Amino acid sequence: MKNLLPKLPEHIFRLFLVFLVFLGVILLVRFFIPNSFREHKVQIASTVEREKAREIKFAGTSACAVCHEEQYNIKKNGYHKNLSCETCHGPAQGHTENPTEIKPPAPRDRKFCPVCHAYNASRPIGFPQINPVAHNPLQPCITCHEPHDPKPPETPRECKACHGEFERTKEVSPHVLLKCTTCHVTPALHKVTPWSVRPSKPTTREFCGRCHGQESTVAKTAKVDMASHGEKYVCWQCHYPHAPEVR
Amino acid sequence: MDRRNFLRKTLSFIISVGALGSLKEILNIIPAIAEVKNGELTKPVYGMGIQIDKCIGCGRCVEACKIENDVPQEPFFFRTWVEKYVIKKDGTVIVQNIANETGAETVPEKDILRSFFVPKLCNQCANPPCVQVCPVGATFSTEEGVVLVDEKRCIGCRYCIQACPYGARYLHPTKKTADKCTFCYHRIEKGLLPACVEVCPTQARIFGDLKSMASPLVRFKRMNKLHVLKPYLNTEPKVSYADLDGEVR
Repeated sequence: MKNLLPKLPEHIFRLFLVFLVFLGVILLVRFFIPNSFREHKVQIASTVEREKAREIKFAGTSACAVCHEEQYNIKKNGYHKNLSCETCHGPAQGHTENPTEIKPPAPRDRKFCPVCHAYNASRPIGFPQINPVAHNPLQPCITCHEPHDPKPPETPRECKACHGEFERTKEVSPHVLLKCTTCHVTPALHKVTPWSVRPSKPTTREFCGRCHGQESTVAKTAKVDMASHGEKYVCWQCHYPHAPEVR
Repeated sequence: MDRRNFLRKTLSFIISVGALGSLKEILNIIPAIAEVKNGELTKPVYGMGIQIDKCIGCGRCVEACKIENDVPQEPFFFRTWVEKYVIKKDGTVIVQNIANETGAETVPEKDILRSFFVPKLCNQCANPPCVQVCPVGATFSTEEGVVLVDEKRCIGCRYCIQACPYGARYLHPTKKTADKCTFCYHRIEKGLLPACVEVCPTQARIFGDLKSMASPLVRFKRMNKLHVLKPYLNTEPKVSYADLDGEVR
């Protein structure tokens, strides 16, 4: 080698050096930079693998049905048949792997059902919706509705289901013990078509006089002389019947 | 062998070899044969159908997506989101993401002409603008037509976020890379439904294979009049909408 080197002209030697550097760079790229840095296909494959390996959190309805057959059978014919269990109970993949330790929550308070069933003008017509403020206030939905097999709305027996405001006013008034039907005659059709068939309202002074007139035999009511008290006015022009004043 | 014979035989040999070769190519043009040969027949092409008339705007899909895919909880990072459209009688249109609706003005009901919810997500375009603009090739379409992001290669330049005409991408605040809907790639690979489809209480979202005639999505496409978002951009989305209002952008 030592004999050979002096024989080479200087410029050829330099060219040789440059060539060696080039070769080194090529070898470096070929062997030391990982394949995934250079090959787009390899990079795509590794990304796809990484995506596939991600953790699943929602197990799917069929996974729930394996153990919870009872609830599944209740649900499968009801209005909630298309609901996935995890829509209400939350992600349950952990529960399928470790059924004793991890329990998915069951939403039992009033806040949850209105997520879907509160009235919203943008919701499609025909979807069952309620006004959460007026609809049986403070009662959890599950006291009346079985969440796995909810029934279509039946006409409520009690007036307060729709007329909660009046009920709440009346509850703190001397008229608390009176039923709504004492004063309002309610046709049965009112429960079917509430807007076209209305309950009646008392129209005469004598109606109130039945309890509040001097001749009345009803005990513990405020009594007035119907002939002189209030002259030409009907009673509810001065007294609000749902919350009459107490003296 | 004389010169004439030699030329004739050489020429006929070249022509017959060429013809055989081109026959192979011709067979490749016939799609079914080409697919079987390239193994593409087994690969599904995923798509989603959304029925606007069924969406009740409950936001369960948004919540499930955030849980399934570790999307930050703050209400400005979404892989899927639901928009509420309110079209007033005077013609003005109000669009509001239902996740940050609190504090927004409420339109009195008598002023509303029509109103509905529109769930949105990545359209998994066949011609994805986001893939075209990526300077490092970190985003790509898989064989199933799902657009994915390689979070190791992404440099977080936000170019794709700008390029997406549907606003379906966001910059992940901790990973500092672009993030988007993957059709829950890890779920669909195992035969599960995407999380948003799984939890939708009214079946407003339908997911399936666009190629298989037995998939619920193909049935949905047969039964409904379909639209896609921004068709004039020729992005060819794989998310199609039924009952889509003309005001939806």
